[in-house]
Amino acid sequence: MAPLFYIFAVLAILAALSVVLQRTPVYSALSLIVVLCSLAVVYLLLGAEFLAVIQVIIYAGAIMVLFVLVIMLLNARQETPSDRSRLARWLGAPLLLVFLGELLFAVWERFPAATTRAAALPDAGPRAVGALLFRSYVLPFEVTSILILVAVLGAVVLAKKRL
Amino acid sequence: MATGSNMPLLLLAILAKVGVVLLVLLTTIAYAVWLERKVVARIQSRWGPYLVGPHGLLQPVADALKIFFKEDIVPTEVDRVVYCLAPFLAFSLALLSISVIPFGESVTIGGATIHFQITDLNVGLLFVFAVTSLGVYGVALAGWSSNSKYSLLGGLRSSAQMISYELSLGLGVVGVVMLAGSLSLREIVEHQSGLWNVFVQPVGFLIYFTAAVAETNRVPFDLPEGESELVGGFHTEYSSFKFAMFFMAEYANIVTVSCLATLLFFGGWLGPVFGPPLLRALLPVFWFCLKVFCFLFLYIWIRGTLPRFRYDQLMAFGWKFLLPLGLLNVLVTSLVLAWRST
Amino acid sequence: MITVQADDLVRILPQAILAGFAILVMVFEPFLPAARKTLLGWFSLFGVVAAGAATIRTSFSPGLAFGNSISADRFSLFFICLFLLVAALTLLGSFHSLERENINHGEFYALLLMATVGMCFMAASTELIMIFLGLEISSLATYVLAGFKRQDALSNEASLKYFLLGSFATAFFLYGIAVVYGLTGTTNLLVLSAQLGRSGEFRPGAVFAWVALLLMFVGLAFKVSTVPFHVWTPDVYQGAPAPVTAFLSVGPKAAAFAVLLRIFLGAFASAGSGVFWVFWASAILTMCLGNLAALLQSNVKRLLAYSAIAHAGYVLVGIAAGRGEGTAPVLFYLTVYALMNVGAFLLVAHLAGTGERWTRIEDFTGLGYQRPAVAACLAAFMLSLAGFPTTAGFFAKFYIFRAAVHSGLIGLTIVAVLTSVVSVYYYFRLIVVMYMREGKAEAASASLPWALRVALAISVVGIFYLGLYPTDFLLLTNLAAVPLP
Repeated sequence: MAPLFYIFAVLAILAALSVVLQRTPVYSALSLIVVLCSLAVVYLLLGAEFLAVIQVIIYAGAIMVLFVLVIMLLNARQETPSDRSRLARWLGAPLLLVFLGELLFAVWERFPAATTRAAALPDAGPRAVGALLFRSYVLPFEVTSILILVAVLGAVVLAKKRL
Repeated sequence: MATGSNMPLLLLAILAKVGVVLLVLLTTIAYAVWLERKVVARIQSRWGPYLVGPHGLLQPVADALKIFFKEDIVPTEVDRVVYCLAPFLAFSLALLSISVIPFGESVTIGGATIHFQITDLNVGLLFVFAVTSLGVYGVALAGWSSNSKYSLLGGLRSSAQMISYELSLGLGVVGVVMLAGSLSLREIVEHQSGLWNVFVQPVGFLIYFTAAVAETNRVPFDLPEGESELVGGFHTEYSSFKFAMFFMAEYANIVTVSCLATLLFFGGWLGPVFGPPLLRALLPVFWFCLKVFCFLFLYIWIRGTLPRFRYDQLMAFGWKFLLPLGLLNVLVTSLVLAWRST
Repeated sequence: MITVQADDLVRILPQAILAGFAILVMVFEPFLPAARKTLLGWFSLFGVVAAGAATIRTSFSPGLAFGNSISADRFSLFFICLFLLVAALTLLGSFHSLERENINHGEFYALLLMATVGMCFMAASTELIMIFLGLEISSLATYVLAGFKRQDALSNEASLKYFLLGSFATAFFLYGIAVVYGLTGTTNLLVLSAQLGRSGEFRPGAVFAWVALLLMFVGLAFKVSTVPFHVWTPDVYQGAPAPVTAFLSVGPKAAAFAVLLRIFLGAFASAGSGVFWVFWASAILTMCLGNLAALLQSNVKRLLAYSAIAHAGYVLVGIAAGRGEGTAPVLFYLTVYALMNVGAFLLVAHLAGTGERWTRIEDFTGLGYQRPAVAACLAAFMLSLAGFPTTAGFFAKFYIFRAAVHSGLIGLTIVAVLTSVVSVYYYFRLIVVMYMREGKAEAASASLPWALRVALAISVVGIFYLGLYPTDFLLLTNLAAVPLP
């Protein structure tokens, strides 16, 4: 399992970099899909088949499709780099490095014995996930429906021709 | 599942299985095309392909040869990477979902258990849906990358259609999943040993089948290729081999949804089993193939007889009729199940 | 494993009622003719009052609900009441100006109620996931509200800016939650605080904890618009419809402060002195920059936006004063701030006229002679914002400063006092223009609709009541400042 993990972990990181670095929006979106799918494979390797599949269905199959369609409809080709933000260039990269270093240090400090063990989840099947959602997290689950309702309402308000 | 005592042999067995399944699938696709031409011809009082081989049986071979030796034209203004990626994506995703389809019961011959299935994922059904949901990209990206308005409009239409009907497709099978209490295709089939799901979930089946026809962009939902308005749909700019991949992907998808319909609603490989051990082992596979064949025939029959929807009718039908009906079906099923369990 | 009990439901009754009314508003909306949409506004107001009554019911059975993820304690009930007050005032003040701008749609009221639901969940949750959901609900609703004048380019810009920066901020907050979960294996503040209480400091992984706290602080700092996370504030406050601005400048801000209090003075109170310095520094920056930038403004809405930034700085002083001293003054301050800021924005919304044309300071020239009562109201709000004695603004600041001095934050207090002296200048500019210059105020045409009069009366009476007799309310805030979380 370990080599597969490394392959997809590296793939996820590379694709994530590509999301940021690509100049064509469609390529960025496609790279993001690769990130999501690689993460799904990592879930799969951890024995969480249900989560892996759900990840693909929801993120790659539903949300990103809408992203890609919107980008296509806007016909956004290559974006022109803006030279305005010097601050971002001189401050952004070093801050990013500091943050990265901090995180790496923290991980290293927290897990000194860097063993990659496949911490198999106790049970990540649909039954267990369902029990968690509808018992322990029933309130967040229900409140999420309010959130989605607000989002729908907002979309209607902003986009409908005549209210 | 065999324990990893004999790793290379196991790997070889898996590869062999993949090879066999692929071969069968590709042949099925080729002859599904032949069958379609033949049946549609009969419906329209024609003969259909008749010249190449007896009853035109070698026509698929001829078609394949023709299409491989055609010139592969890539228009100059396309987005080259995505343009080439799209057909591969469509085709490989269409093939991928077949990997979790069980074709028959597991049999034990000489101490070795043979599963008629490439891999038994315990969320097999969801896996198929995941792969299907990714299938939209092939279409959408092909439409976008061609850099032509007909392709783009065709791509947008079919992706909108696929996204819309994917929901109903999923809702149609929720009832089955609730009955079986499992997402594993094998367990869902085994659960039907008493009574096929089509009799318990008739509404679910109708929803599933209607949505499946729409999901595969077939008549009467084949608006993406409405010739009179969109030239050829998302693959207008594709030719030769790349076009063939889209074509094969479409038929592979038809095979997949037919397999799924068989497994979910018609008891999969279940059927009368008798005779000597070898026959016992092979009969389930035969029943499965027979049922899938019936579905393929149904598909072609529909294509030969029904007219095409208008686009707004299609969307209204999906969102305002099929989806609410699916939700209602889920609600009723869960209520009945809850009432029974108390 | 939990099963939902009746008590659980009682403890989220106010939120549930508000959400129910919001949904009913959406259901009724298509059946009302365009001219009668204000009915939905009154219906929403009824919903807010009903939620207020539910809050009283909830207060009789305080405690935790839904597996320790909701805490119906005095702190959260205080904030819920505050949000309901803000929502009610905004509703009263918005009827007329929505009609005037021709944007009187039922969706406005539904979104306003939903935003209030989100804020109530933010204040009442002891579970980071719930807090995030509340934050997201209130944010989404307010993004849309900011762009509710759909034909107006400024409003669109406000909505887009608020949306982009706001979602960036919530991403920060969410990242912080993720790190907390990675560090401790829980997102429940009660469990967290118990864990930290046992081990004292963050061990192991102190750096991780720092990353988490900073990320969460940044996320919330956007919402309360402290420097340097304030850049969106003036543009959004200027572009959004004025009643929305009244709501925005108070509601989400108070909710984010409630979360800040719960997280930083509650669960992570033992995180050490580093957190204190973060609050210290951002308080100083916010007070200085907010007040100095307000001096340069010529647009009243922008001026009030910078003043809102500055006031966030004073609240931060209260938080920096610590859990023992600071909480009650912060609650007092937020209430007073809500009264005077909502009042001021609603009045400006009315005076600005159709299409919000008259929002420059000069447009108010001579208002004191033409509309003495209106001008007096506005002057009262300005005096209170500046912190003059006899108005509530004075005591609000006084209690904050006193808490800061008690905690030994002499330097911070000096800066706070100096900057509030500076602030007097720009608040008085408006008063001077209204009373001491001759001229015909452009902004003085229409008479006040009576719903707005009620809202203004509540604010003005509140300001003077709290300014003259603060002790009763101070007692209440002391009660509400229960040990968190």
